Amino acid sequence: MTPEDRESTSVATLDPGPDKVIGPGHDFGTVTDEISGVVLRPFLKTPKQMFIGFACAFLLVNLLLVAVTWLFVRGVGIWGIVIPIAWGFAIVNFVWWIGIGHAGTLISAILLLLKQDWRTSINRFSEAMTLFAVACAGMFPILHLGRPWLAYWLIPYPNTMWLWPQPRSPLIWDVFAVSTYATVSLIFWFTGLIPDLATMRDKAGNPIAQRIFGLLAMGWRGSAKHWARYQKAYLLLAGLSTPLVVSVHSVVSFDFSVSIVPGWHTTIFPPYFVAGAIYSGFAMVLTLAIPVRRWYHLEDLITMRHIECMAKVMLGTGLIVAYGYAMEAFMAWYSGEQYERYAFYNRMWAGGYWWTYWLLILCNILIPQLLWSRRVRLNILSVFLISLVVNVGMWLERFVIVVTSLTRDFVPSSWGMYYPTVWDWATYAGTIGLFLSLMFLFIRGLPAISIFEIREVVHQEETVHAHGD
Amino acid sequence: MHTATEISGHVGLYGLMAEFDQPEPLLEAAHRARAEGYRNMDAYAPMPMEGLAEAIGFRTDWVQRLVFIAGLLGATGGFTLCWWMTVIAYPHNVAGRPLNSWPAYVAITFECMVLLACLTAVIGMLALNGLPQPYHPVFNVPQFARASRDRFFLCIEAADPKFDIDDTRAFLEGLNPREVVEVAP
Repeated sequence: MTPEDRESTSVATLDPGPDKVIGPGHDFGTVTDEISGVVLRPFLKTPKQMFIGFACAFLLVNLLLVAVTWLFVRGVGIWGIVIPIAWGFAIVNFVWWIGIGHAGTLISAILLLLKQDWRTSINRFSEAMTLFAVACAGMFPILHLGRPWLAYWLIPYPNTMWLWPQPRSPLIWDVFAVSTYATVSLIFWFTGLIPDLATMRDKAGNPIAQRIFGLLAMGWRGSAKHWARYQKAYLLLAGLSTPLVVSVHSVVSFDFSVSIVPGWHTTIFPPYFVAGAIYSGFAMVLTLAIPVRRWYHLEDLITMRHIECMAKVMLGTGLIVAYGYAMEAFMAWYSGEQYERYAFYNRMWAGGYWWTYWLLILCNILIPQLLWSRRVRLNILSVFLISLVVNVGMWLERFVIVVTSLTRDFVPSSWGMYYPTVWDWATYAGTIGLFLSLMFLFIRGLPAISIFEIREVVHQEETVHAHGD
Repeated sequence: MHTATEISGHVGLYGLMAEFDQPEPLLEAAHRARAEGYRNMDAYAPMPMEGLAEAIGFRTDWVQRLVFIAGLLGATGGFTLCWWMTVIAYPHNVAGRPLNSWPAYVAITFECMVLLACLTAVIGMLALNGLPQPYHPVFNVPQFARASRDRFFLCIEAADPKFDIDDTRAFLEGLNPREVVEVAP
């Protein structure tokens, strides 16, 4: 770093308000310094909230390790799952986590294709969120297998038993969908990082950090020829990820809707699951971005415009989800089918879980309506609280779908109730800890905002000013 | 035109590099260098710039071609896998439905297409760019560390037939750069 650099970093971090995607007074150098400064600052200069947050999250990771070890020793019987409710928390959490991941791909791919300028400050961050959420999601079906060490049987490979997976089953589609999604999310995220890793390499003072960043940047030098191919590849990735993200949650919904269980067997499931996934994902991006923006003083890069746009997407997808709930109930009534009708009667009034349904309506439909008000959207605390409420609501939605439907199926003699045990909660809380730990490490170790794309935003702003005034 | 000995006189040099403060002068410089007849050159910027690759006379369609081929292969492979598993390797009668129950294969076919296409997009892009590349002469220029921050560079390579240390330097100086430096090979 030259002395010149240090001077130029002194741009005040001001939130430019809900109309701008970037604070005033920034140039290529200052945005680079501000974002890379988060990573390159000395270890002890890390905001103390990060230490406290990571310590709490890491405690939960240890809880996860204990819970999983005990699971491997004793088997799935330590959970509350019984027949007929064989899916329980494992599948609730699987669907919840993978749904959260979807906002990341939506922000990085779909909003890129739609040329939304407000995606730039939050895309890297949300892609990382996708990656870690999918990691948490992917664990659950495997832990739920009973014999998790045989998970590789899900993959078609030549074996001495001459057995093959059943490709007509949505559960096998899920294996392909989720593993493709995890791989594509990883390479999309890493491709976006390459130019920024080169920046980190060139800016890092510490020789070890320089080596690591240099190795990961693979010799990127910003050549115009490289950028040309890079942009094509990035655009193609975005174009391919867009249908992929829709397909993944559709396939997840097929796990339910292809079966004949009342309350699952519904054609509206794929679009309603995809909308729900985006809804919960945006809620999670807000839940994470709001504190980080404050701790690291990034208000000039993640502005109120970003927060407001995300709040609007949350409101919009929330309404699609509300339509889904209404249609589910309407079709149950309109079908005239007694099992379908009973499933809804049970969901709303009769069964032991009626309160989860109304809590879900409160969290997912009623409270988010506050976002119609611009004052609420521009109040950072209220947006944060609503995002937490939506996270809870979307988890409850999956609980209602998975558990309530299974408790009462066709034959009353096979009815039952599901009560989560302490190990169910420990595993769930443990994955939240894992997710947050990975997020904390990511924010500390890699540029959490895409630097080169912010430079493009700076350039655009400059061009607009030059021609507009 | 230069003779072979004159070109070999520049063996100790990778090229000449001009440094700019802003993106527009670099774009302008790239256009002028091409108009001047230079072909072996490259421009370096901390972000993608529209028209810069075209300005130095670079065009590529290979990334999308490779991705298209990979997508086709992925889809074919995914479908064939499902068909082979259910028709040849493990035929299993499910409620009298045909063994080749193709609608059920759509999800896996699609996922395999996306997977192979995406992997090819990234690996193909890196391979065509010649990355990972542990060493490149441009990094010998100390100022080049800022090519990933806020500076813009145009490098005319000594391999260019029109390259002449004095003429090229004079040409680059005429583009109003911050500085023109020699790049060691």
